Amino acid sequence: MQTEGKVFKYEDNVDTDVIIPARYLNITDTAELAAHCMEDIDRRYIREVAEGDVIVAGWNFGCGSSREHAPLVIKESGAGCVIAKSFARIFYRNAVNIGLPILECEEAADEIRAGDRVKIDFDTGIITDVTSKKTFQSRPFPPFIRKIMESGGLLPSLKAAALPEDGGDNT
Amino acid sequence: MGMTMTQKILASHAGLDRVEEGQLIMADLDLVLGNDITTPVAVKEFEKAGFESVFDKGKVAIVLDHFIPNKDIKAAQLAKTCRTFACSQGIDLFFDVGKMGIEHALLPEQGLVAAGDCIIGADSHTCTYGALGAFSTGVGSTDMAAGMATGKAWFKVPSAIRVEVTGSLTPECSGKDVILTLIGMIGVDGALYRSLEFTGEGVGTLSMDDRLCICNMAVEAGAKNGIFPVDEVTLAYLRGRTARKPVIFEADPDAPYERTVQIDLGRIVPVAACPHLPSNTRPVDELSDIKIDQAVIGSCTNGRLEDMEAAWKILKGKTVAPGVRCIIIPATMAILREVVERGWYTDMIDAGAVISTPTCGPCLGGYMGILAEGERCISTTNRNFVGRMGHVESEVYLASPRTAACSAIAGYITCREV
Ligand code: SF4
Repeated sequence: MQTEGKVFKYEDNVDTDVIIPARYLNITDTAELAAHCMEDIDRRYIREVAEGDVIVAGWNFGCGSSREHAPLVIKESGAGCVIAKSFARIFYRNAVNIGLPILECEEAADEIRAGDRVKIDFDTGIITDVTSKKTFQSRPFPPFIRKIMESGGLLPSLKAAALPEDGGDNT
Repeated sequence: MGMTMTQKILASHAGLDRVEEGQLIMADLDLVLGNDITTPVAVKEFEKAGFESVFDKGKVAIVLDHFIPNKDIKAAQLAKTCRTFACSQGIDLFFDVGKMGIEHALLPEQGLVAAGDCIIGADSHTCTYGALGAFSTGVGSTDMAAGMATGKAWFKVPSAIRVEVTGSLTPECSGKDVILTLIGMIGVDGALYRSLEFTGEGVGTLSMDDRLCICNMAVEAGAKNGIFPVDEVTLAYLRGRTARKPVIFEADPDAPYERTVQIDLGRIVPVAACPHLPSNTRPVDELSDIKIDQAVIGSCTNGRLEDMEAAWKILKGKTVAPGVRCIIIPATMAILREVVERGWYTDMIDAGAVISTPTCGPCLGGYMGILAEGERCISTTNRNFVGRMGHVESEVYLASPRTAACSAIAGYITCREV
């Protein structure tokens, strides 16, 4: 798995209310919802984002509500990955569960600039900034989470009976 | 090495003798919760994946609260999806108009949460039930769908921060001032992925409503869950509400804590979180030059009976300042009924406030008090992000019910009776 695209850059604490404002949560169509992705902090985003592009942000990306609509609209908008210094917990598990690739990497989040072109190899966790020619090593996913991602999300993986390798499924 | 209280609950629900920080586990769930926004997404996933029935009809709760009674056609469609699903699945714990309440106030009140439970909810404030000595945490709709289908959820076992509480609160302060102070100290990601475990002799002085409010906002510090030890206050609350026996877990004396934060309740002062982060706290006394257009008293954080009482005590016999809209929203039908029965309803109306039926409403910028450009609101809710309650250029200050009521009377932010 890999992605390549240009970078949209944001600060710390990007919350789910700006990723997708609650005033749109009565919409059920994902494409219609995604038209409002990021609009409260960046109206350019939805106009300019292309398939495979990458969001780079600071600490605590996705804080706030549990709305799965947040990673869903990012995925629907075409973004191929979110790189952040850290993710809010529920956003992290929602992204995993719906199959939106996310990577934690402090160095990359600091050094990659808005508009840069980046290439990400999800198997190795290596992030390459093609514009600045720098590379960064992100923390790879534990095997259980990789399995969910590779099956395309939690429900498909449950159907495939993927369970944590070191886990305590006691059935 | 020992285990934290949270780790013990998780281990027992995963059928393991012990768990360690970072371990991935599958845990059995005692309750799976969803609301009118998150359930429809979960239902879609549930059906798409080809599941036919929920794992246990008595362990799935669906609560309509965000936009209920239906605020518009789209919200009506969402509610209808929930109704149809609840009906076709024969789900007992379905709360619609007439039985409704904000989920996190309703479930404990109805005795659906017991000490020692392991609960997920497709709503970030599901962490509220830690007040009762349960492990509960917010998840997304896909987790809800998987939980409904299998009765299980995956977790990464969290590490923990211990919050050692001493002393007791002054009459001007409540649980809201405690949790806002704590979030101000550690930041909105200060407890990221971790448990906040409250201990210390001061815990016994906090009421259940205070504890519910404190655990409710644990997620605002990034925490996976907040949790209180089970004591007399917990057992008294559970008695008469639930027939289920509480299962009491205690942290080991040598449980690993990443750090300990000390809070002396006696030194807490009324605080408010300024825009646009819950960690942006200042003593209320420093904010008296801030004029307000609206005061909201309600939500899963502060819509309980003690909150209504605190607001009523300030409002009775007074008048809301000219130009201020004061909106009061009891969190459940039972609380609303008490507010009526005790005569508080009349006193609040006489003061110039309006009272809504239970709903999240303005808390998430849904309806019943949306802010226009440049407007400012003092609110007992839990988030003050950009655009949370309406226009992107509106502002929300988070505070306790007492402070919100004092401010509604004064017309500016204050915790003094004027
Ligand atoms: S009251 Fe607010 S925070 Fe609580 S569940 Fe409703 S929308 Fe969420």
